[in-house]
Amino acid sequence: MSYVTTLIPPQAPPPAPPKTFTAGRFFGNIFMGVWLALTVGIFLMIVGGWDPEKFTKYGPSYLSGLGVTLLLVALSVVLGGLISLPLAFARMSKNPVFSWIAYGYVYFFRGTPLLTQLFLVYYGLGSFSAELKSLGLWWFFRDAWNCALLTFTLNTAAYQAEILRGAIESVARGQHEGAAALGLPKKVAFFKVILPQALIVALRPYGNEIILMIKGSAIVAIVTVFDLMGETRRAFSRTFDYQAYLWAALMYLLIVELLRNLWAWLELRLTRHLKR
Amino acid sequence: MSGFFAAIVEAVSAFLGIIDPLCGPIGIFNLFAGNTLLACGDAGWGDEIALGFLVTASLAIATLPVGLFFGFFIALAKQSEERSLRLSANIYTTLFRGLPELLTLFIVYYGLQILVQNLMAAVGYDGAVEINAFFAGMIALGVVFSAYCSEVLLSAFKAIPRGQYEAGYALGLHKGRTMRLIVLPQLIRVALPGLGNLWMALLKDTALVSVIGLPDILRQTSVAARVTKEAFEFYAIACLLFLVLAFLSSLVFSSIESWAKRSEAAR
Repeated sequence: MSYVTTLIPPQAPPPAPPKTFTAGRFFGNIFMGVWLALTVGIFLMIVGGWDPEKFTKYGPSYLSGLGVTLLLVALSVVLGGLISLPLAFARMSKNPVFSWIAYGYVYFFRGTPLLTQLFLVYYGLGSFSAELKSLGLWWFFRDAWNCALLTFTLNTAAYQAEILRGAIESVARGQHEGAAALGLPKKVAFFKVILPQALIVALRPYGNEIILMIKGSAIVAIVTVFDLMGETRRAFSRTFDYQAYLWAALMYLLIVELLRNLWAWLELRLTRHLKR
Repeated sequence: MSGFFAAIVEAVSAFLGIIDPLCGPIGIFNLFAGNTLLACGDAGWGDEIALGFLVTASLAIATLPVGLFFGFFIALAKQSEERSLRLSANIYTTLFRGLPELLTLFIVYYGLQILVQNLMAAVGYDGAVEINAFFAGMIALGVVFSAYCSEVLLSAFKAIPRGQYEAGYALGLHKGRTMRLIVLPQLIRVALPGLGNLWMALLKDTALVSVIGLPDILRQTSVAARVTKEAFEFYAIACLLFLVLAFLSSLVFSSIESWAKRSEAAR
């Protein structure tokens, strides 16, 4: 009977198969090269065209433009949220008159471009200046900023009403029945049982809506509100320096990315009881 | 030979003139607004606005295939095994989903202008170069559309089980044929609702192109509003025309959707 007397000494692993140069790798390298070249090009452009005078002259106006953009978005999202509540309930109501009016409102504001709505409010209502003066409302519609705020509020109210309606309708029927079986009044059941679950569903769409509003708010520059885009256009029209747009792009990207990451963190935090 | 082509173009435009829904012999403006500001011809703004309608619709229709084509390949790049390819695709999406559409449009419009001007100067030609607004709009909107489209298609790709690819390989189909014959038909079905939303967004984004001077619906109605001082009426008409476009495309999309689902059992 034979048995093993010596153990085989540990061996080095076989060499890894050579990495084949695939088409994917080829294109990946090319595209990364393009991005790298673009980054370097933009960097060189900024360094080459660096002008401290321009920076001190237009830097503060960019910051004030950023403030205008953020204020406009924040105000219109909050006000639009307030309007969206009755709108969502009208949309879900069993009364056909209410639901049709709300449906028409939502269809109009979601079906037409924000720019057209803005023109309709700013230039369109502006052509009724005599009537508005007699009503004592002219001071409001005279100012482009107020018109932009009104348009954005009405627009985001339509989108938020749809988000809210979708979220409330996504809560399972059993939740309503469970609350009713516990003897909770309808109002308490809505605020303590239905709404908290609906808002978690609505969290992600709300974040997207805010980002869409920030991006959409750039169009107020066209009706002479000096938000970030407006200041950019002003700087470009005075200096004809292409960098003006690059700085604005950088700032917009920064806000949107910050908000996106903040929202991802918020969602993770608020849904941690749903993790299994 | 050129006379022959001219005759064809003339015949086609005459035919389009007859079935023109806005300003033709049986067009809406001619039937209902013959003597108002919306009349066609020199008397009113009907024909200008009809041209704007055509430009908006053709810009959106021309952008769609470009955006879909690039969006598809970016979605493929995002699920590739190659890290550099994934990273570059993600940079693209982050960039163009984060920038406002208006800013993208300006960057493309003025950037292309500077680029072409420099190239021409290098060749030796130094005259003013003007980029076509339609072309710039198509590129800017196509880039934004492809960025969003790649996300929609990526999530649709994830909804297709691995076994579908394996079945294709087991049948002896190579990669391209598996994609075309097995994966794509299912992908379209899954991605259609998302693509429908993107199409609506694209349709609304075309209004921005009026800012760089393309005679679309909004531009034409703005000119009419400025000249006639009837701003509210004309902008209301612009809104109405966009609603008509949205309504028509929702009809088309629901028919495409029922076509894509024809093989599913009725529920």
